[in-house]
Amino acid sequence: MTPFQRYLVTKSAWYLLAFFLAIAANFYLPRLIPGNPVDALVARMAAGGGAEGEALRRIYQHYISEFGLDRPMWEQFLVYLGNLARGDLGTSFSVFPAKVSDLILRALPWTIALQLPAILLGWIIGNALGAIAAYRGGWFDRGAFVSSLFVSSIPYYCLAIMLLYGLAVALPIFPPGGGYSYGRLPTLSWSFFLDALRHYWLPFLSLVLIFIGGQAVGMRSMAIYELNADYVNYARSLGIPDRRIVAYIFRNAMLPQVTGLALSIGSLVGGALITEIVFGYPGIGTLLFSAIRQNDYPLIQGVTLLIVIGILLANYLVDVAYGFIDPRIRAVQAGER
Amino acid sequence: MYIAAAPQTRTTSRRHPLAFLASVLRLGGIGVNTRFWISIGLLGAILVFGLLGPIVLGKRDPLRIVGGLYDPPSSKVWLGTDNFGRDVFTQLMYGTRTSLTIGLIAGAVATAIGVVIGTISGFRGGMLEEALMGITNVVITIPSIVILILLSIAIASRSVVVMGLIIGITSWPWTARAVRAQTASLRAREHLDIARLSGAGTLSLILWDIIPYMLSYIFMAFVLQFASGILQEAALSLLGLGPSNTISLGIMLHWSLLWEAVRTGAWWAFFPPTVFLTIIAFALLLLQSSLDEIFNPRLRRK
Repeated sequence: MTPFQRYLVTKSAWYLLAFFLAIAANFYLPRLIPGNPVDALVARMAAGGGAEGEALRRIYQHYISEFGLDRPMWEQFLVYLGNLARGDLGTSFSVFPAKVSDLILRALPWTIALQLPAILLGWIIGNALGAIAAYRGGWFDRGAFVSSLFVSSIPYYCLAIMLLYGLAVALPIFPPGGGYSYGRLPTLSWSFFLDALRHYWLPFLSLVLIFIGGQAVGMRSMAIYELNADYVNYARSLGIPDRRIVAYIFRNAMLPQVTGLALSIGSLVGGALITEIVFGYPGIGTLLFSAIRQNDYPLIQGVTLLIVIGILLANYLVDVAYGFIDPRIRAVQAGER
Repeated sequence: MYIAAAPQTRTTSRRHPLAFLASVLRLGGIGVNTRFWISIGLLGAILVFGLLGPIVLGKRDPLRIVGGLYDPPSSKVWLGTDNFGRDVFTQLMYGTRTSLTIGLIAGAVATAIGVVIGTISGFRGGMLEEALMGITNVVITIPSIVILILLSIAIASRSVVVMGLIIGITSWPWTARAVRAQTASLRAREHLDIARLSGAGTLSLILWDIIPYMLSYIFMAFVLQFASGILQEAALSLLGLGPSNTISLGIMLHWSLLWEAVRTGAWWAFFPPTVFLTIIAFALLLLQSSLDEIFNPRLRRK
C-alpha cells in the first residue's frame, strides 16, 4: 500500500468508528428515558381526546412494531440500523402520522437557503477584509480588526436577539421574524418569493456579520504570520515584485481558510439552530425546538443524526483532501491521530 | 452551535474554538495590564452581582410570581416582570449564579478529565497513547451539541450539578489534546531523570514533575472551558433543555423567546440576560488572552 492509501484506510476506520458511536448514542440515549415513551404519548393523545379506542390501539401498535419495543435491546438496535439504511427515520410523535424524514426534508431547504449564502458571502467578505487589513495596516487595520473582534466574540444568538429587537421592533425596518408572512402558504410563485426575501434579510444579516467577523480575524492573523515568514524576506531580497509576493502570501494564508469553509458548510445544519429559533425561521432549528418542546423523540433523533452526518462528512473530506495535498500529514498520521 | 462559527483554520480546529479567539485578542493593541484589569473588573462585577446580590438584598425566590405578564420596570420591580410575572432583576441575580456555577462545574470536570487523559497518554506513550488519543479524536469529531441534546432528553430531571457534569464530560477532548502535547515535550526534561533516579513512580512523576510545570497552561485551559461551559449551558437552555426548577441566563432567554418578548417590545425580559452573556463571554476571552501573555513573555510586544 502506498502511504496515501494507508492514510486513507486509517482515517476511514476512525471515522466509521465515530459514526458508529454517534449512531449508537442516537439510538440508546433516548431509550434511557424512564418509562416507555410510547405509553406516555398514547396517554397524552387519550387525554387530549384526539383519538380513542380502536384508533389509539392502532397508533400504539404502530410505534411498538416500528421501534421493536417488545423485543430485546440488541434486536431493537438492528431494527434501527435497518431502518436507517433504508432512509427511514421513523414516525413523528407530535405530527402523527408524518414521517420524520418528510418533516426534515421540508425544513432543510430553508436552513440551507439561509446559511449557505451567509457562509459563502461572509467567507468572501471576511477574508478580503482580513487580507486588506493585514496588508494595509494603520487605521484601517485597527478599525476593521477591533470591530471584527467585537462582533465575533458576541455569542451568535445574542447578536441575533439584539438585531431582531433593533431592526424589526425598535426601528421596524424588517418584518419581525418568520420565513414568510403570516397566513401565506409556501408556493412557487413570484409574490411568495418576494415575501420570503423580505423575511430573509435579518436572519441572513445576523449570520453574515458573525461569519465576516470570524473570518476576517482569522485571515488577518494568518496573513500577518505569513508576512513575517522567511520566504517573504527571501523573495524580497531576490527583488521579486511586491505583487507576486502578496500572491504567494495569500495563497498560503488561504489554505486554512478553505478548510474552515468546508467545515462551516459541514456544520451548517447544527451551526445556527438558535438563530432560526430567535427569528422563528421555518428551518431545522425551529423544527428541533418544537420537537424538544413536545418530546418528539424520533424527530429529535432525526435532527441530531443529520447534524452528525454533516459534520463527520465535512471533517472526513477535509482530512482526505489534506492527506492528498500535504505529504507531511500522511507521514505523521500516527502522531496526532 | 458551537460557540463561534466553525473553527477557522486547520490549526485552530485542533484547538479549542475559543482558544483561537483568545489568541487573537492578544493582537488587539491594548496593553496586557489594561486588558487583564478590564476583564477582572467585568468578571468581578458579574460575580459580586450574582453571589453577593442575593445576600445584600435579602433572599428572594426567583420563581415567585410578583406581577403580571411583562410588567414594565418600576420602583417595585426594577427590571420589570417576565412572562409568568416573575421579577426579572431577581431572576438575573440567581440566573447569573446558576450560569456561573454550571460553567464552573463544567470547566472543572472537563479540565480534570483532560489533564488525566492528556498526562497519562503523553507520559506513557506507545499503545496507550494511541488508544487514548484515538478515543479523544473520536469524541472531538462527534459534535458535542448532539450528545448534549441526547443526554439532556434522556435525563428527565436535570439539576445544576448534572448540567455541569454533562457539559464537562462532552468538552474535555480539547484539553486532553493540548495537555498531551505539553506533557510529551516535558517528558524529556532532565529533572525527570533525577526524579526517576531517586525512585519516583509514574504517578509521582506526573503529579510533582509534570503538572506543576504546566499549571499556568492548565489554568488557561480551564478559563476557556469555563467560558464555553457557560455558553453551552445557555444554548441548551435556549433549546429548552436547561436545568430543571431553577433559573439561568439561558432559561430567561428561552422563556422570553417562547413568549415573544422581543416582538412585543418587552426589552427588560431579554436584554439583561443577553448583555450578561455577552459580557461574561467577552471578559473570559479577554482574561484568557492576557493570561496567555503574562505567562508567555515571548508573546508580549514592546
